[in-house]
Amino acid sequence: MTDALDWLAPLVSLDRLAWLDPLAWLVVLPLGWATLAFVLGSGRGAWAALAGVSLQLWLAVELAGTILADGATPPVGASEMAAHHAVGGWGAPLGIDLAADGLSAAMLILTQMVALPLAVYARAYFKAGDPAGAWFWPLMGFLIAGLNALFVSADLFNLYVTLELVGLASVGIVAAGGGAQQLAAALRYLFVSLVGSGAYLLGVALIYGAYGTVSIATLTPLIAAEAPRLVWLAAGLMLVGLLLKTALFPFHFWLPPAHGSAPAPVSALLSALVVKASFYLILRLWIGPLEPLLPAAAAWLAALLGALAIFWGSYRAIRAVKLKRLIAYSTVAQLGYLFLIFPLLAQPAALQAGVMQVFAHGLAKAGMFAAAGVMIRATGQDTVAGLAGAVDRLPVTLFAFGLAGMTLMGLPPSSGFLAKWQIIEAALAQGYWIIAVVALAGGLLAALYVFRVLRQAFLVSGADVAERGPVPAVPRTLEWSAFVLAAASVLLGLRGVELMRLLGAGA
Amino acid sequence: MTSGLLFALVGVALFALGVAGVVLIAQLPRRILAFNLMGSGAFLVLVGLAQRGDLPDPVPHAMVLTGIVVAVAATALALALVRRLHALTGRLQLPEDDGD
Repeated sequence: MTDALDWLAPLVSLDRLAWLDPLAWLVVLPLGWATLAFVLGSGRGAWAALAGVSLQLWLAVELAGTILADGATPPVGASEMAAHHAVGGWGAPLGIDLAADGLSAAMLILTQMVALPLAVYARAYFKAGDPAGAWFWPLMGFLIAGLNALFVSADLFNLYVTLELVGLASVGIVAAGGGAQQLAAALRYLFVSLVGSGAYLLGVALIYGAYGTVSIATLTPLIAAEAPRLVWLAAGLMLVGLLLKTALFPFHFWLPPAHGSAPAPVSALLSALVVKASFYLILRLWIGPLEPLLPAAAAWLAALLGALAIFWGSYRAIRAVKLKRLIAYSTVAQLGYLFLIFPLLAQPAALQAGVMQVFAHGLAKAGMFAAAGVMIRATGQDTVAGLAGAVDRLPVTLFAFGLAGMTLMGLPPSSGFLAKWQIIEAALAQGYWIIAVVALAGGLLAALYVFRVLRQAFLVSGADVAERGPVPAVPRTLEWSAFVLAAASVLLGLRGVELMRLLGAGA
Repeated sequence: MTSGLLFALVGVALFALGVAGVVLIAQLPRRILAFNLMGSGAFLVLVGLAQRGDLPDPVPHAMVLTGIVVAVAATALALALVRRLHALTGRLQLPEDDGD
């Protein structure tokens, strides 16, 4: 009897069921359902996507649980990271190692958490036969596979490949609408993305030339010990390339057209997740291998650009005529907050503030774009002025927009409040009051553009609405999935402690 | 100067030319070529700098192969988008952004 079951032994006895390792499945699952959706054909595969993303969310939470449990007793020896997987049984340097710590696990949870309500939203948004949604599901799957792979990559070259996967899938999804304007936005985005990852690749090539390895864990002590001038050039190239992809001011020029002209579910995915992927990589490099190279001036330059992004993005959002442009410029502004943390990184609270802002903005902006998609459907036009009197018809959607706006402004108890409060606290503790002033001013500016939309919808009479003819009915699913995302961004503020603990674990 | 260093320096020059092309050229097919030039430059640096000792290092070769696959995929995507844009607008340049 035992002999008969011997074949099972390698499957179940390997350390913690290696074949069930969430690290590998978080990449394989989305690839699987994306391919399935592609084979099924145009506009199909929504159910596969929903089932897949639900499973991924469970896997990501499971992974976070493992990392938290291991965090109490940090693993000593072969792997630096808390969770570790050698693809196909071939470890580095020959094969590819996947690894995750608290930061990766947090990003994985955010990705699946945003993707799930958006999948529900997109299923209702792209009704059968909508040409813009024809290939949405395969592209979304490949995009999420790329993002997940990026968050679990442990070497600089694999990170380059995943950056390109994310970039190409994003360009495809922007172009999916097929109109000349969308194609132009997609092409602009493609060229920016290629120049950004090209600069990153050249940096990786120089680093490989200097040290003969691209593993982050191996590089960190090597760079700390000795850094020839070549490596400074490499670090500069990699960071500039990634800043271009993150759309930090003044590299933000490509973002508003790309995010503003895509269909609402696509804009939501791009604004909430894709720009965060390159930010994650900047953060990972900044607090990891590149840390000994970067002078304080570099951190202050990043913070200065972040502050300019907040002011310029908010100004353009306040002036925007189109609703989706307003939200896209708000993304430019909110990304600026992420860079305010760099001069403060001496305190662990600064890293926590940055990741909290990534979560707050990810959930809130996904909810806001989703709500905007509903408003555009219902009013038939993508303008702020067209929202006059919309509150009578779309109370849930406007409530969702308001909740998301609350997070962007940083009102308590939202997660945006937590993020901004931590930035301000860390800034004051280190005597950098100027950063606290910028963070506060950014909140006020956000209030201006959020209330501009709400004022139009609530206070301006919609008397001329009747002249536009019958208003198309909007599916309830659309309104409620937008609401779930926006509400999550507020409620996360009450659960911030868990996220902080995860960040501290397994690093 | 070793041949490896020469390759790397040529690679950096090609990369810079490529970036200038992608940024400055308005004609889309030429921009796509410029991007390919940029990629080739990075690959030359990768292979050139790794030429130390007598035995060639296989790791950068594997990386360059992967990089070529990525570059081919990106080129194909860019060409498909440009063809579609040409079919819709009859032009091979990006229209002005209507932004606001």
